[in-house]
Amino acid sequence: MTTVDTPPTRLSETVRHRATVLHDVPGPRARRRILIGTVLFVVVLAAFVGYVVVRLGRYGHLEQARWSYVLSPEILRYLGEGLLNNVRAAAVAGALTLVLGLFLALGRLSRRAVLRVPAVAWIEFFRGFPLVLLILFPYLLFPVYLTRIAAIWYVVIGLTLYNSAVMAEIYRAGILSLDRGQSEAAYAVGMTRGQALRLVILPQAIRRMVPLLLTQLIILFKDSTLGVAVTYPEALRRGETMGSFEPRVVFQAIIVTAVIFFLASFTLSRLVALIDRRVGR
Amino acid sequence: MGGSDMARYLLDSLPVFWGGFRTTLILALASYAGALIVGTILAVMRISPAAPARAAGLAYVEWFRNVPLLVLLFVAILCLPKLGLRVSPFQSALLVLVMYTGAQVCEALRAGVNAVAPGQAEAARSLGLTFSQNLRYVVLPQAARTVVPPLGSIFIALVKNTSVASLIGVTELTFQFGELARDTPKQVMPLLAAVGVFYLVITIPAGYVVSRFERRALISR
Repeated sequence: MTTVDTPPTRLSETVRHRATVLHDVPGPRARRRILIGTVLFVVVLAAFVGYVVVRLGRYGHLEQARWSYVLSPEILRYLGEGLLNNVRAAAVAGALTLVLGLFLALGRLSRRAVLRVPAVAWIEFFRGFPLVLLILFPYLLFPVYLTRIAAIWYVVIGLTLYNSAVMAEIYRAGILSLDRGQSEAAYAVGMTRGQALRLVILPQAIRRMVPLLLTQLIILFKDSTLGVAVTYPEALRRGETMGSFEPRVVFQAIIVTAVIFFLASFTLSRLVALIDRRVGR
Repeated sequence: MGGSDMARYLLDSLPVFWGGFRTTLILALASYAGALIVGTILAVMRISPAAPARAAGLAYVEWFRNVPLLVLLFVAILCLPKLGLRVSPFQSALLVLVMYTGAQVCEALRAGVNAVAPGQAEAARSLGLTFSQNLRYVVLPQAARTVVPPLGSIFIALVKNTSVASLIGVTELTFQFGELARDTPKQVMPLLAAVGVFYLVITIPAGYVVSRFERRALISR
């Protein structure tokens, strides 16, 4: 769901801070203004947080018992197993899309129309659909036309259909971003097109695209929460339905779930940023 | 089932789809308008000279970029009532989509600002322009051009993201598709084709508009 088809720039390019060009180091007057602004902002924020806390406290949502229930080892394990299910679906779909995406990209770049046309059709078709629909589709279709399968496979099918198209475009951008001299040199030393691709172009292109591919895998992991649509027991579904067996912790459960997802995704993004800096120029 | 039966069935379900289509369109347009405003404010915060503003902007963006959209939607529908706010699923979805897309808009704008040649901002500063003058007269007008394509893809992604709101009960296109498909499971294929067409009706013209803008922005450079 999250995917914005970003132009294939290096992550580090967007991350690097250039704010210093826009303004001087704040002087005494500017520092005073910043201080006043900060104080005002903090006061407004504190008022809001205060309202929230009072309101929640009045209905007992801040009772320690409720939080310690949600943060108890059993519940955390229950949610953790859900998160593992997210990882499981994302890992299977991720592996499939990495392979499928590569073949689709090669198909799209192929000189033979037999390969190119279906690849382009696949990519454009599945990129245009909302991911939820692509997960619902096998879920509704399989029981009618084929047979019922485990919920994880509906999630995997939907994620794979959508992300294979996205991955294909990332691979393609990587291949096209290579200097033409690379393939020309490969042909000049007598390599065939296949050899040039396999030995010269792909190793460089993929290496260049590793950070973007990994970022897309994180998005895929976050999108596995859409398994809620097909009753796949992942962490969000578990966090959300916890209220049905313990109605007093609906609020606490969803907050803890959100924080778990934030921590998982944030850690992974940081890792990718590290890798990006290492791979980068 | 013959072809004419299928056609009649689709025709019968057209009013349902039309209602869903309108909800999807309104949700997408309203969230986009909101997200542009929120995103611009955030972007200014993230490049401002005030370190606390930068930190606040960063925290916001990190939170909304790392928590999945569906989780945010559930947080909204489960938590807003606890704060005494009676909100419909549509209102919750609108709020969340504005905040979520706002983070993406912010990053797109920031990337656009960073893409403006450093010499431009430096020249403005050496003329004595303040930070806000620098942004208003020199940096943002130039950034606006590079930012059109990413903002366009953000809108298209947003249209697709509105479908996630079906899972908290917003009766938009995907929701209506699910209802119809559950009523008549044999018709999943034509229904999917129909709902696909409705999404394309929004995304294809959007893509066209973006490419038009893109060309104009290029020429006027």
